[in-house]
Amino acid sequence: MHCKSLWIKASAKSPAKDQFQEELVIRPLHSGDIYASFQFRTLWDTDFLQEGQKKVSHYRLFPKSLGQVLSKFSVQELHISFTQGFWRTMQWGQPFIPSPPGAELWVWFHHTVSDVDGNWKELTNVLSGIFCASLNFIDMTNTVQPSASFKPLGLGNATDHRFLRYATLPREIVCTENLTPWKKLLPCGSKAGLAVLMKSEKLFHSSFHSQAVHIRPICQDEQCTSKAWELRQTLNVVFDHYTSGQGKKEWSLFKMFSRTLTEACPLASSSKVYVDITDNPELSPATPLLSQAVVLGDRRTYSVYDLTRAETFGQLRSFNLLLRWKGDNMLRPLLHAERYVAGFGLQTGEIHTVIYNNHPYRAFPVLLMDSVPWYLQLYIHTLTVTSKSRDNKPSYIHYQPAKDRHRPHLLEMLIQLPPHSMTEVTVQFERALLKWTEYTPDPNHGFYVGSSVISALVPSMVAMSTNFTQDQPLFSSFVPVKEESSYFVRVYTEPLLVNLPTPDFSMPYNVICLTCTVVAVGYGSFYNLLTRTFQVDEPSPPLAKRLANFIRRIRGVPLLA
Amino acid sequence: TDYNDLYCLFTLVQFTKAGQFFSSGHTNNWAVLVCTSRFWFNYRHVANTLSVYRSVKRLGIPDSHIVLMLADDMACNYRNPKPATVFSHKNMELNVYGDDVEVDYRGYEVTVENFLRVLTGRLPPSTPRSKRLLSDDRSNILIYLTGHGGNGFLKFQDSEEISNMELADAFEQMWQKRRYNELLFIIDTCQGASMYERFYSPNLMALASSQVGEDSLSHQPDLAIGVHLMDKYTFYLLEFLEEVHPASQANMNDLFKVCPQSQCVSTPGHRTDLFQRDPGSVLITDFFGSVRKVEITKDTINLTSPVEPPIQRSGSGDIQIESLTYVDQLPVAEIIHQKPKQKDWHPPDGFILGLWTLILLVFFQTYGIKHLKHIF
Repeated sequence: MHCKSLWIKASAKSPAKDQFQEELVIRPLHSGDIYASFQFRTLWDTDFLQEGQKKVSHYRLFPKSLGQVLSKFSVQELHISFTQGFWRTMQWGQPFIPSPPGAELWVWFHHTVSDVDGNWKELTNVLSGIFCASLNFIDMTNTVQPSASFKPLGLGNATDHRFLRYATLPREIVCTENLTPWKKLLPCGSKAGLAVLMKSEKLFHSSFHSQAVHIRPICQDEQCTSKAWELRQTLNVVFDHYTSGQGKKEWSLFKMFSRTLTEACPLASSSKVYVDITDNPELSPATPLLSQAVVLGDRRTYSVYDLTRAETFGQLRSFNLLLRWKGDNMLRPLLHAERYVAGFGLQTGEIHTVIYNNHPYRAFPVLLMDSVPWYLQLYIHTLTVTSKSRDNKPSYIHYQPAKDRHRPHLLEMLIQLPPHSMTEVTVQFERALLKWTEYTPDPNHGFYVGSSVISALVPSMVAMSTNFTQDQPLFSSFVPVKEESSYFVRVYTEPLLVNLPTPDFSMPYNVICLTCTVVAVGYGSFYNLLTRTFQVDEPSPPLAKRLANFIRRIRGVPLLA
Repeated sequence: TDYNDLYCLFTLVQFTKAGQFFSSGHTNNWAVLVCTSRFWFNYRHVANTLSVYRSVKRLGIPDSHIVLMLADDMACNYRNPKPATVFSHKNMELNVYGDDVEVDYRGYEVTVENFLRVLTGRLPPSTPRSKRLLSDDRSNILIYLTGHGGNGFLKFQDSEEISNMELADAFEQMWQKRRYNELLFIIDTCQGASMYERFYSPNLMALASSQVGEDSLSHQPDLAIGVHLMDKYTFYLLEFLEEVHPASQANMNDLFKVCPQSQCVSTPGHRTDLFQRDPGSVLITDFFGSVRKVEITKDTINLTSPVEPPIQRSGSGDIQIESLTYVDQLPVAEIIHQKPKQKDWHPPDGFILGLWTLILLVFFQTYGIKHLKHIF
């Protein structure tokens, strides 16, 4: 084995065209829980989809593994998220970046790709190696091609949905083995900056944990004449009030993460901590920096701590935030949804999706997307949409029926929700009987149906700004804003757990035993009776008898038996 | 300027031991660690595998050379009172899961088929590198299996099993394809010795936690977690390995003495007849660690000229014809008037073709070709 040490004189340094920003937003929720959202953004002014001389070969802040994936599979946009737990919209409000339980992957491919399905299959395998997740279970039986949901979040006029693929794995478990490679994608790793707070023992001991990677092309500047690639890594976690807070609404960074911050990431151009102080909590150490941002249709005030400045860390060279708040202002979410399975028995059932519009006087449209696996056979003729006990006809329906073992059901509907109402969507289904090799090793656990996705334009209370500036905090600039009066939001419902009729897997063994026994006993005995002759076999007599017989033979007297 | 000449210099600390340096014959180390049991009450099998993983990583084998297969997730299981931890000792002293773990095969992916494919290298082309065993003929491989087993078989996930003959054949395939230099096989299950009875390939050494007819027992339960934390054999194996460090000279005979019957209740067994070297001369770190060997060279090596830096894009010179825009996330009007997608035209199905052929056949049979000119 050879080990070489190289000296290469550095060539003339080209100006750095990539930058890295990190930010942490802490928002106390009215239920006493605390919501922390990390966002790490790497912006790179380059073009992955170019061929030839200009092909990207030198990576600095952007992780090489993802860059190679993008150029090999001609990916225009990639969104992948791993979530443990379910986001409770009623108690916690809306998250900054929503995600469904389990793993979700949706990808827009470049319009030059000829075999989208082949690229999709290879991409899922490569990503499963990068993130240590079982993404290789994504195949044509759980991939759908939405026709109106999931428009690109980045630049592009690609509206041909043939290049979009969406898949979700509701059963996917998220644990430290997914966090480890995710942390390794950051420029500073978990050694410096905000990522030192990410200790798995605290992050997974929470009510909700979600880590995601979003890659998309965005405008490089305000004029938007050229593209830059943006990689956003987000980690959302909601810490539980009762298990960690001991009943008091008092939190500190150390209590949440068992670490304090000591320095910003040296490679970051900006490193900030935002704390939501709209509900007037007590905050220490105090900071004069305040910022207002319009996020999710509401204007909120934030205290800003800039970690690139040395005075934030004080004398002890460590930054620990203390937060104490009282009062529970409930910010009632304008849109939330629930989903459940009704019915009894193992043959039929009914899926109910309930969508609530809590706005007092405005109606708005929502796009509901349902992807149901093929083994729940939907009866679309029983589909009903009712609002306020009256029929509500959707203005757009797209339905693609399932093909057994090939394709799942895809149902997309554009429904107008009347103000202050509850809309219920019901559809009946029948459960299929799978082949015995298709059952998982633990089939009595049940089978999962992925979350429904509800995309909506919700009227906003405050006018939103449509200008795109680089100075906006990251958490408020994820979704591009097109109009001022409403904001785009995505709500995920619960996944369903459905029991399928499960056979008794010991039956083949039982049948073999019974058949063999019957054949052996019945036929075997009959065969023996017919083909064997029986002779009486005298056992050799004991010694005394033999001696007696010997003497009797000498005497000439009849022998003993 | 570019540098064409390259000098490579090395200093070898113990030059006198050069002869010993190349005695073992392997250049890289791999480990395949498999836990085959599912469900929460089999916590101890996952803890077994993770403790061997931890030792192997500590002694130098990198994650890229370890294939770790865990059939179920215990650390983030909802029944675990301390999430993201897997403990090996009842006072929660040692968290074997740690903060830096990479599991390659998890959950339903741990099947007999995947295990044998990993060993023999017959994986589908799209499998990522971290899931492959890319060993060569100079690799020393450590294989550790744990779970529930019986006389001649090992159970995978409560639904399938691998027999000792299949395992022996897999190792023979590996030998014929030159996928290992030496292989150490450790198994911690009930009646584990039956699994190595049928081996017939050279350079294999095997250890088991119990003989045929004996059960391997678990070590101690933890009242907070509610399940047994580890098996006896692997517990004492972990204790032994904690004493080993990369420069240690402990050899295989010490490993055979781990967990005698007084501690383990079952009798651990081992098999060395297929192994060519004497076990006393085989270091523990030959299999559990990754001690790198280096070769010195004093020759110069010519490098090709370095890669040209990418040509700078002409920045402000060119003006785009149109500025790029973001797409509307929910264009309601567009969606409502979206035309239905044109379905691709497919040639008529077999049934329709057959039906039409039948009709045409009957038609021509009844009327005959010569009458056609009257019709047309």
